Amino acid sequence: MRWPFSHRSLGVEVSVEIREQGFDPYREVSDYQQTVLDAAGKYGATAVFIGSMRDINEGDAVQAMTLEHYPGMTERYLEKISKEAGQRWDIIDSLIIHRVGDLHPEDPIVLVAVWSAHRAAAFDASRFLMEELKSRAPFWKKEVLSTGSRWVEKNT
Amino acid sequence: MTIAVKFFASLREQVGKADITLDSQTVSSVSDVWKLASGGQPMPANTLMAVNMDYVDAMHTVTEGDEVAFFPPVTGG
Repeated sequence: MRWPFSHRSLGVEVSVEIREQGFDPYREVSDYQQTVLDAAGKYGATAVFIGSMRDINEGDAVQAMTLEHYPGMTERYLEKISKEAGQRWDIIDSLIIHRVGDLHPEDPIVLVAVWSAHRAAAFDASRFLMEELKSRAPFWKKEVLSTGSRWVEKNT
Repeated sequence: MTIAVKFFASLREQVGKADITLDSQTVSSVSDVWKLASGGQPMPANTLMAVNMDYVDAMHTVTEGDEVAFFPPVTGG
């Protein structure tokens, strides 16, 4: 199933997905609008945040990265914050996709998209979702450097 | 009482195991679970804990069948 954590009957529309393979966030937004989001003409604002992998961290060249998560809890936490965003702001729908597994520089890591009638709710809710995701969602990064690998400890 | 214990990321490497099942009559808190499951290692100060996939603190009481997880600060996004 394409959107395994989609809850489209609860009033607050949210979709959350963990991906083990690379994805094109621009295509995901477009596909979601065309195939899932049942609100054509209702939304006037779409806020999209894409986080991607850099090739340097803490002054060291990074060759690759492995992203680990806590299957079950991660999805549950992302759903929780998505529903909270829907209660705090007047939004129509939200979508979060997050990579796990092996990544390389430039690969997209996370997509957060929020649809609303007007821009303020979409901007504010997308910022909230990213900040909550970064501070509490159970994901961990391990970087591969030329000298070996290390767990990322600072979440800037 | 049976408790499923999980360690993630750097804590998994530190403790040397990903999953174990405890069968103990003496554990009552998440802190007790750590002591038994980690073999008595000190818990790093920034350790995060979850019971049945919800965040809790170390004094949270565990019950039969709980899943208890320990992990370092998160670094997603």
